[in-house]
Amino acid sequence: MDIQARVSMNVDDLRAWSSAKDEPRWLIERRVHALELAGTLELPKVEKIKLEKWDIYESGDYKAENAWSGLEDAPEVVRGLVASPVKGGLIVQFNSDVVYTKLSESLAVQGVILTDLHTAAKEHEELVKRYLFQAVKPEEHSLSAAHSALWSGGVFLYVPDGVEVEAPIQAIFLNDTSGVRFAPHILIVAGSNSKISYVDHCISSRDDIKVLHNGVVEVFVGVGSKVQVASVHQLATATTDFTQRRAVVLADGGVEWIVGEMNNGYTASDTKTLLQGNGSISDAKVIAIGSGDQKLSCTTQAQHFGRSSVSQMITRAVMREEATAIINGITKIEKGATHCDGQQTERVLMLSPKARGDANPILLIDEDDVTAGHAASVGQVNAEQIYYLMSRGISRSEAEYLVIFGFLAPVISEIPLEGVRSHLQDVVEKKLGRS
Amino acid sequence: MTTLKIEELRSKIEGKEILKGVTLEIHGGEIHAIMGPNGTGKSTLASALMGHPKYEVTGGKVTLDNEDLLEMEVDERAQAGLFLAMQYPSEIAGVTNSDFLRSAINARREEGDEISLIRFIREMESKMKGLEMNPEFAHRYLNEGFSGGEKKRNEILQMILLEPKFVILDEVDSGLDIDALRIVANGVNEMRSPDRGFLIITHYQRLLNYITPDFVHVMMQGRIVKSGGPELAHRLEAEGYDWVKEELGITDETVREV
Ligand SMILES: Nc1ncnc2c1ncn2[C@@H]1O[C@H](COP(=O)(O)OP(=O)(O)OP(=O)(O)O)[C@@H](O)[C@H]1O
Ligand SMILES: [Mg+2]
Repeated sequence: MDIQARVSMNVDDLRAWSSAKDEPRWLIERRVHALELAGTLELPKVEKIKLEKWDIYESGDYKAENAWSGLEDAPEVVRGLVASPVKGGLIVQFNSDVVYTKLSESLAVQGVILTDLHTAAKEHEELVKRYLFQAVKPEEHSLSAAHSALWSGGVFLYVPDGVEVEAPIQAIFLNDTSGVRFAPHILIVAGSNSKISYVDHCISSRDDIKVLHNGVVEVFVGVGSKVQVASVHQLATATTDFTQRRAVVLADGGVEWIVGEMNNGYTASDTKTLLQGNGSISDAKVIAIGSGDQKLSCTTQAQHFGRSSVSQMITRAVMREEATAIINGITKIEKGATHCDGQQTERVLMLSPKARGDANPILLIDEDDVTAGHAASVGQVNAEQIYYLMSRGISRSEAEYLVIFGFLAPVISEIPLEGVRSHLQDVVEKKLGRS
Repeated sequence: MTTLKIEELRSKIEGKEILKGVTLEIHGGEIHAIMGPNGTGKSTLASALMGHPKYEVTGGKVTLDNEDLLEMEVDERAQAGLFLAMQYPSEIAGVTNSDFLRSAINARREEGDEISLIRFIREMESKMKGLEMNPEFAHRYLNEGFSGGEKKRNEILQMILLEPKFVILDEVDSGLDIDALRIVANGVNEMRSPDRGFLIITHYQRLLNYITPDFVHVMMQGRIVKSGGPELAHRLEAEGYDWVKEELGITDETVREV
């Protein structure tokens, strides 16, 4: 069987398209190299998932969009998510192109950069060249290669040394057409002793839209910096989501991942932190809700290289109807990474007898002088808790909802933008079949 | 007038018969205390009345104001006015105490007539103050990590806010320090009214010093074996249960397979 990703462009088309985007030569060459790899590498191995049976072969056709002059004409979904006026920054990708970018004057003055990635490759060439594909490499597998060859739109967010940004930077990726290329690449670079919070939302405008979302998020956390990345995916039933998120954290830096996998379609995501520096920290919180006959694979990983580095991973998944979830947590502590601490918890709540759930905690430890732990559970809603709530007059369905919402609360409450948080609550209600 | 009428109630858990025919009638304005050695079926009675899914009712009849309680779902029993302060309240992570309380209050109201947030907070805070609860308990997750005594206070807070017609308190005094016992007892006394009935399960006279019962019942072997007035509790406190067993010819007071 042909198990490579199929790409819709040949080398000549790719060169022409990249040139038309006015990309620098090195970037064109990287794309071409990746395109060749896409044709030879195999699909990634995803624990207990037959990825080759998923709709992950078609990369889709590039669909150009005109820039938006403002948000007045933006679709309702976009306006509903955006706090106005925009405080920190906002970038919107519509299908294959970024159509709107706004960064507050005060941040621009401090040297913060927020642009689409094509523009960044031109205007901030050295930075982009240095970091692009350094965390998630095209060589890893054919989907990674296809992404590296064909990504479009995307985000470049840069925070200079010593700059602390309080207001979150928001990104929205909206897809409203089937068959188009929807492969944003997000590159976040935080200099030393800086601070930034980034929140994004990946959304389809209708549930019958069929595309492959092949997305990559690369985060580089400088010495002593703090980066928060929150991401909610709410893609259509017919859409397949393959997302790789990866952070590299230097000494005394910290990354916090907050992820809501709220898609209606097949989803495979991998959220990984490389704790490179001594004293680096990673905190990952993931929630997922599966419904219909969805298949979900959510992997979180922490790989410790630095001494005294600390990682925590929490995944909570709720499975309804005939949905299946494979939840993996991998804590790897390399030799020499003394005094590390790695903790992980995976919990799956099953709401129907036909739902399936599997939690796989894995500890790979090559150093003696460390602490590590894991907890995993797959179970039903606790009948005792439902009884307690009902004994106060709360109906069964409301009681179940409270318990489920409580189960997901540790992640929802961490979302940094009020608008996105309340939207996530609405999405959770919808995914749970309420309202 | 509110009346809870229990007739020959029998109940099983995991195939084992625990309640072997309990008969008791409680009217509004009355306070009944149930005492009895460990493992004799007191909590089982409370759970069977509330409708705990694990307790299968195998016989008998219970009505609250002539409505068949045993036919109702747990939430319907609560809506009908029954309240049980549990011996071991559940902990529910992720659900704040105040969100829970508001849901419980609104569950009793018509859609569109929900309590306003401001009024709710004002009421909750004033009742918490009366129970000398730290306001932070409103924002903590429901019972999670609460100490034994804090859980009991939280049960009483719920009772006060929900204004039930009929209250069962299952060992609400266990785990309470001396001051908390007085505070909780005051909370209960303030709720006393001619149209509200109480069934108080306790092991000790100390609670009954604050809340004087009208009737005291002794439970053994899944039945009420003796009833009397407040003086019965005093005698039990002073002498224990041996004299009751002797009087009735009981050798093993716990619930036994027959
Ligand atoms: N889930 C259960 N499974 C098996 N047996 C049970 C269960 N729950 C209660 N029982 C048994 O039923 C009997 C009565 O228990 P119950 O809790 O009603 O006693 P109690 O009178 O409230 O005791 P205490 O004073 O210790 O609270 C005990 O023997 C107990 O072990
Ligand atoms: Mg008991």
